[in-house]
Amino acid sequence: MRFRLTEDQWALRAGMRHLLERRFDREALWGAVEAGGSGRAGGGPRLDRGLWRALGEAGFFALRLPEADGGVGLGLPEAALVFEEAGRALLPGPLLATHLAAGAVPGAATGETVVAAVDGTLVEWLAEADVVRGDATGAVPLRSLDPLTPLHRVPARQPGPRGPVAALLTAAEQLGTAARVCELAAQHARAREQFGRPIGAFQAVAHLCAGMLVRTETARAAVYAAAVTADPVDIAAARLLADEAAVRGARDCLQVHGGMGFTWESEVHLQLKRAWVRTHRTGGVTESEEILAAALAAGGA
Amino acid sequence: MDLTYTPEEEEFRARLRAWLARVLPGLPPRPSPDDWPGRRAYDLGWQRRLHDAGYADVHWDASPTIRLIFLEETERAGAPYVGANFVGLLHAGPTIAAEGTPEQRERWLPPILRGEQVWCQGFSEPEAGSDLAALRTRARRDGDAYVVTGSKIWTSHAEVADWCELLVRTDPRAPKHRGITWLALPMDAPGVTVRPLRTLAGSAEFAEVFLDEVRVPVANRVGDENDGWRVTLVTLSFERGTAFAGEVVACRRVLGELAVEARKNGRWDDPALRRRLGRLHAEFRALWRLTQWNVSAAEASGGVPGTGGSVFKLRYSHARQELYDAAADVLGADCLDLDRPWTLDRLSSLSYTIAAGTSQIQHTIVAERILGLPKGR
Ligand SMILES: Cc1cc2nc3c(=O)[nH]c(=O)nc-3n(C[C@H](O)[C@H](O)[C@H](O)COP(=O)(O)OP(=O)(O)OC[C@H]3O[C@@H](n4cnc5c(N)ncnc54)[C@H](O)[C@@H]3O)c2cc1C
Repeated sequence: MRFRLTEDQWALRAGMRHLLERRFDREALWGAVEAGGSGRAGGGPRLDRGLWRALGEAGFFALRLPEADGGVGLGLPEAALVFEEAGRALLPGPLLATHLAAGAVPGAATGETVVAAVDGTLVEWLAEADVVRGDATGAVPLRSLDPLTPLHRVPARQPGPRGPVAALLTAAEQLGTAARVCELAAQHARAREQFGRPIGAFQAVAHLCAGMLVRTETARAAVYAAAVTADPVDIAAARLLADEAAVRGARDCLQVHGGMGFTWESEVHLQLKRAWVRTHRTGGVTESEEILAAALAAGGA
Repeated sequence: MDLTYTPEEEEFRARLRAWLARVLPGLPPRPSPDDWPGRRAYDLGWQRRLHDAGYADVHWDASPTIRLIFLEETERAGAPYVGANFVGLLHAGPTIAAEGTPEQRERWLPPILRGEQVWCQGFSEPEAGSDLAALRTRARRDGDAYVVTGSKIWTSHAEVADWCELLVRTDPRAPKHRGITWLALPMDAPGVTVRPLRTLAGSAEFAEVFLDEVRVPVANRVGDENDGWRVTLVTLSFERGTAFAGEVVACRRVLGELAVEARKNGRWDDPALRRRLGRLHAEFRALWRLTQWNVSAAEASGGVPGTGGSVFKLRYSHARQELYDAAADVLGADCLDLDRPWTLDRLSSLSYTIAAGTSQIQHTIVAERILGLPKGR
C-alpha cells in the first residue's frame, strides 16, 4: 500500500494547473462572468471553444479512453486529479458530460464537440452544446444561480450520466473548490488586519479555517481512495464528504472575508454557487446516504 | 496511489486472521470496568498471547503498513482492546523506540511487548492541561539521580502502572518550552502516591499522582536534559497520529451492529435515522482512508507521524461522539440503561474531544502549523 500520489500523478496535476493558469486566468474568469450578464434567462456565458480544444489536446476528455482508441489510457485516479484542478479553477463548461462522452460521441475526446447531458431534471450548458445526451425535449431555460453555469430544466426526471463515475468526478470537482476556498480564507486571514493584528490571529477565525482544512483533507482521502477502488459505496462516501467540504467551506470562506465576501467582485460567491450547482447532480446527499445505509444493512460497514 | 497490499502483507493478514479465529472464541469473559487488577491481568494476558504467537513486534519493529494491518484485523475480529497497554504500546514505547538509547530500548521495550509492564502518562498537571509546557513538577539533579517533586492529574491507568512517562521541569529559569525533561519514572519508587479519580462513567479510569522527593536515576532520561519538549512532540505525534487508528475499525464494527439492531427493532424504517447511519458510514470509511493516507505519509518520512494526526484526531473524536449519539437513538429509552454496552461507550466517548489535546487546541495546531496563520494569544 502506498496511498500517495505517484511522480506521474504529481506531474499530471501540476501540468493541468499550469494549463489552466495560462488559459483560464482570473481575467478570463471575470470575462466569462461579465459575458454572462446578470443571468438573463436564455442568455448566460458563452463557451470558449479555443479553451475547450486546448483541454482536448491536453487529454482532459480522452484521459480514460484506451490508447488503442486514441485516448490517453489513464484511469479514474488521474481523472479525479484533473477534475479537482478544474473545480479549483472554476473552469466553466459541461466538462463532466463531455468527458463521459469521449469514445461514444465523435469529437468529444478531442474537444471538437461539446456535449451536454440531462441529469435529473437539469441540463448544464444546453444551448452551447453540439450534442445532448438524454431527452431534452421541452427544456426550459432558467435564470441560473451560478453566473458561470447556464441551466435548463426538463419536464421529467431522467437518470444522470453514468452513475458512479459521474458522482466521483463531481466529488473531485467539489474537492477542488474545498481546497481553493480553504486557501483563499487562510490567505485573507493572514493579510487582513483588524484591531491592530491579522484576523487570523483571532481564534474564532483561525478555528473556522482549521475546520475547513480538516473537512478538505478528509474529503481528499475519501475521493482519492474511491478513485482507486471505483467501489460504488466508497464513491457515495466521497461524494457526501466532498459536497459538504465544498459547500460548508465556501460559506465559511465567505464569512472570513466579511463584507468583502458578500460583493460580486470576490471569487468566493462563484465557488459557493458552483458548489451548490454540483450538489444537485445525480448521486447527491440523499442518494449517497441511502447507498451507504443499504451497504450497512447488507453487512458491509 | 495504491491501496493494494504486497503478497507478504497479505500473507501476514491471512495468518493473523486465522490465528484470531482460533484463539478468540476461547477467551475468558472481560472483567468488569471497576475491577482494575482484573483488567490489568486481562490486558497483559492478551498482550502476552500476542507476543507468544509472534505478533508483538508489530508495534515498532515492523513497517507502518504491517502495523496498520495488525490493528485492522484485531479490531475487526473484536479482539480485546489494548486497554491498560495503551500508553506503553502506542506512545511511550514508540517514543523510546525513536528517541531512546540502545540500552533503554533493550531495557523497556521487551517487557512492554511481552505483556509484563504497564505504562502511564504523567504529562498533565492541575495547572497545566492544554498549556502543557506550563508544567511545574520540579526535578533537581542530585548526583546520578533527579529528585522530583510535584503532582500530575488525569493519569490514566496510574493505579496499575509500573512505569510512567513523566515530564518534569529541570530548568525553571529557561523559557517554558526549553527547561523540560522526559523521564521514565518507576511507579513503585518511594514518594509516589496515587489517588484514584472517578470518571463520569463511574469507573476509576484515571488518577492523581503525587510526587514527593522521588529519586529517578539519570539513566532513566530519554533525550537530553532540557530537551524534553522535542521528545514530547514525538510522543504527542504518536498519541494523536496513530494511536487511534485501530479504533476506527472498531467504530465501523459498531456501526454494523447498530444497523442490525435498528433493523431488528424497526427504527431502520425511519428514513432520517437510516440516512444518518448512512452518513456515519461515509464518515468512518473516510476516516479509514485518512488513516491509510497518514500511514503512507509516515512511511515515506521515516515513521513518525506528522501534523496529519491533528487533522485525524479532530475529525475522529467528533465522529465517535456522533456514532454513540446515533446508537442512543437506535436504542430509544434503552440508551439510559448502563448495562447496555453502548451506554458506557457513549459516556466514554465524551472524553475524546478532551483527552490527548482538546479539539480547540487541535484546531489551533492546524491553523498555525498547517495553514500558517499567525499565532494568537
Ligand atoms: C479520559 C481522559 C484521560 C486522560 N489521560 C491522561 C493521561 O493519561 N495523562 C495525561 O498527562 N493527561 C491525561 N488527560 C488530560 C488531558 O490531556 C487534558 O485534560 C487536556 O489536555 C485538557 O487539559 P485540561 O483538562 O487542563 O483543560 P483546560 O486546559 O483547562 O481546558 C478547558 C477548556 O478550555 C479550552 N482551552 C484551553 N486553552 C485554550 C486555548 N488556548 N484556546 C482555546 N481553548 C482553550 C479547552 O479546549 C477546554 O475546552 C486525560 C484526560 C481525559 C479526559
